[in-house]
Amino acid sequence: MIYFDNVSKLYNGGSPAIEGVTFQVAPQEFVSVVGHSGAGKTTLLKLLIVEDKPSDGNVFFESVNVHSIPRGQLPQYRRKIGTIFQDFKLLSHKTAFENVAFAMEANGRSDEEIAENVPQALELVDLGDKLMSFPHELSGGEKQRVAIARAIVNQPDIIIADEPTGNLDPIATYEVVQILQKINDLGTTVIMTTHNKGVIDALERRVITMDEGKIIRDDASGKYVL
Amino acid sequence: MWTGFKRIARSGFVGFWRNAYVSLAAIFVMTVTLFVFTSVLLLGQLLDASLTQIRDKVDINVYLVPTAQEEDILHLQTALESLPDVREVAYTSREEALAAFEEKHQDDELTIQALEELGDNPLGASLAVRAKETSQYESIDTFLRERQQEEDPENALIDRVNFFENKSAIDKLTSIIDAVEQSSYIAMLILIAATVLITFNTIRLAIYTTREEISIMRLVGAGNMFIRGPFILQGVMYGLIAGVLALLIMYPIVLWLGPGTQSFFQFSIFTYYITHFGSLFGIIVGVGIVLGAVSSAFAIARYLKV
Repeated sequence: MIYFDNVSKLYNGGSPAIEGVTFQVAPQEFVSVVGHSGAGKTTLLKLLIVEDKPSDGNVFFESVNVHSIPRGQLPQYRRKIGTIFQDFKLLSHKTAFENVAFAMEANGRSDEEIAENVPQALELVDLGDKLMSFPHELSGGEKQRVAIARAIVNQPDIIIADEPTGNLDPIATYEVVQILQKINDLGTTVIMTTHNKGVIDALERRVITMDEGKIIRDDASGKYVL
Repeated sequence: MWTGFKRIARSGFVGFWRNAYVSLAAIFVMTVTLFVFTSVLLLGQLLDASLTQIRDKVDINVYLVPTAQEEDILHLQTALESLPDVREVAYTSREEALAAFEEKHQDDELTIQALEELGDNPLGASLAVRAKETSQYESIDTFLRERQQEEDPENALIDRVNFFENKSAIDKLTSIIDAVEQSSYIAMLILIAATVLITFNTIRLAIYTTREEISIMRLVGAGNMFIRGPFILQGVMYGLIAGVLALLIMYPIVLWLGPGTQSFFQFSIFTYYITHFGSLFGIIVGVGIVLGAVSSAFAIARYLKV
């Protein structure tokens, strides 16, 4: 489904952020990418959602080279991917409902679908009672759950979560990982970066370990080893 | 299509309302700039009116001998009117000249008495010639002098032409009018350029505060038009509200200035404001809307490159 083919990324003048990275992700897999800060985890995800271009190599999504997609068609491609960030990236002037609805509106979905699916998605992340709250009225864990609801509401093929628990306390972390697991069980591919050892060890799913821009381990049912 | 438009409109209105401080700041700056723009427009009208007035006061008078026959005078009038530089020729007959003289000196008994002593009307008829441009008086004067030279001295028609008495005044006025017109155009251009730049930068700042949100919108897969639309709508709203405010603020000012301008320029700025309100509204609000929309579109283009 996703194939990184010998991908390298050099930022201006510095050492490579990632170097010669090759791996595949199969449909419905749950893959964790672990490594220290600066190991290249986030760069990997940025390349996948075409926020950045590789210096060398190709990234394929369902056999399409994503960096050859014309700029005008990028929004359509990005709608196939639900993204979750460490800093939530919610629209601060929109309520929880509107934040989730925005992703559907951008996708051209009808008002009826929005009225039906948005509460469902927020219900799924246990925020059915916070529909009209603005981000500043929510806790960190709640914000992240709104972001998850936004990521899944369009039923994407794949969910990308970049350090989703980085800003959360242990209980919120546990909840977020539970939700991601549930989403994966329902058939959506999940790629998550993290450096939370507890999360990885509890998941018992595939773990890709990165160090200094290179993949140093790829275990089918891995532990956090660094 | 309709759904998209509806969503853009709703998102624009909601964004305008929830970013109330930013909206207020943008409207405030645009109101000030549009107010300046309106002032420039009205000042231009005032200047135009006063220049037209001054031009109308300039003429050359052809004084005719008292014995001149009306037939000959009318003949000369027709000849003058056929000149391309001449705008109009006003004929004042001997009787009208006398009536005007009497009225002018009605409080001056000595002069009236002297006039009565004379018994006969001592005044000649005259032709007041107005040129299309003040610079054209010289050629009209040349025409009249040639005509005067050709006349039979025994039976002259033209007594004198007062061009040379007025010449220096006319020359001075011509150069003043030219200078004022040119400098007012330059001032207007500078002010308009400043208005455009200030508005553009204000809106750019307003959008700068939301650049993070724009990148989020792109990352969740929103298309360019879907992101840009609400901001352009907000720019249009800034322009619309600022235009209306600028015109409202202008009202008491022109009301206050009306009598003063009427007595000084014989042109009431208040009357002009009221009678031309429709077109003023169209221009000011239109300029505001276009400025707001174009500035937004330009400002946001920067952040759509993620």
